[in-house]
Amino acid sequence: MTDAPVNRRGRTTGFLLVGLLVALLVAGVGSYYASSSPDGLEWSAEEEGFLDTAEDSAAADSPLADYAVSGVDDGRLSGGLAGVIGVVVTLVLAGGITLLVRRRSGSPADDTADERADAGTPPSPRS
Amino acid sequence: MHVPDGFLDAPTSAATGVLAAGTVALALRKAREELDERTAPLAGLTAAFVFAVQMMNFPVGAGTSGHLMGGALTAVLVGPWTAVLCMTVVLLVQAVLFADGGLTALGTNVTLMGLVAVGVGYGLFRLLVAVLPRNRTGFLTAAGVGAFASVPVAALTFVLLFAAGGVADIPVGTVAATMGGIHVLIGLGEAAITVVVLGAVLAARPDLVHGAAHLRSADALLRRPEAVLPR
Repeated sequence: MTDAPVNRRGRTTGFLLVGLLVALLVAGVGSYYASSSPDGLEWSAEEEGFLDTAEDSAAADSPLADYAVSGVDDGRLSGGLAGVIGVVVTLVLAGGITLLVRRRSGSPADDTADERADAGTPPSPRS
Repeated sequence: MHVPDGFLDAPTSAATGVLAAGTVALALRKAREELDERTAPLAGLTAAFVFAVQMMNFPVGAGTSGHLMGGALTAVLVGPWTAVLCMTVVLLVQAVLFADGGLTALGTNVTLMGLVAVGVGYGLFRLLVAVLPRNRTGFLTAAGVGAFASVPVAALTFVLLFAAGGVADIPVGTVAATMGGIHVLIGLGEAAITVVVLGAVLAARPDLVHGAAHLRSADALLRRPEAVLPR
């Protein structure tokens, strides 16, 4: 309950790394075993007869289109690589935006809030 | 449920684009309240995680599959405004790099999965958390129900858009029945994945879960007397 802030920060880094590893494994390895049946919308569109109104995306020629890396013939490798690239790009983009948007711990109010959170006391109403 | 280009006409796509852009702009300001030094990295990871799990289509019978949307999961983990940003990044990466979901349909997909799924999932979660027992089971039940409902509601929102601006001339009632029915099944998968992931994060780091703040204060209240007892 009274982890030193440094210790707590170390545990957070460890937790985030485990989460990232899980995401990379799911996208890089697990996705090969995903169902390739049409999804709910595609299936409904087929059933109801409007699937043929779908048009190719302008991004259809992307080297990563349909979660495959063009030029990599092995399906498992191609899909896995595409998944890993997607995870990294998403992490960098979303992580970058949230780091820019977040409150900095420069102001006194924020410092107090962080210390309180680290000490395990109930968070202030803002959270 | 990534809408491709062509299903909806240009005015409808443009309208959802404006709605999505406006909400993202608002979220960029509101998310500041939810993000600090500790939670910002978790938000980035959550988006990456949702991208990964969205690749894992699970079979739902009748030759159909579904995958996690992740709106409710993300909102409960990092807060609803941050979730709007996370889901938008996921959908943007999918549309631009992987041609999953149309480019002109990006606003539609952000509206369905970033706004409706997040709003319904998190709104229902908040509602249920207020009436259910303030413990782990109550928390996970609220999140599971929110996640479940978010999927058919997002699907039916697509049907509304289809009624307003669908390119094909098809009776909306039957589209609603088909879309609603299959997405109730997919919603069960959504609920299961959401509960498993939130259960794991809650066990490891409850202090990082945005939607579990009420559990932390309840915990502290329960633990306080114990602390003064001799071991």
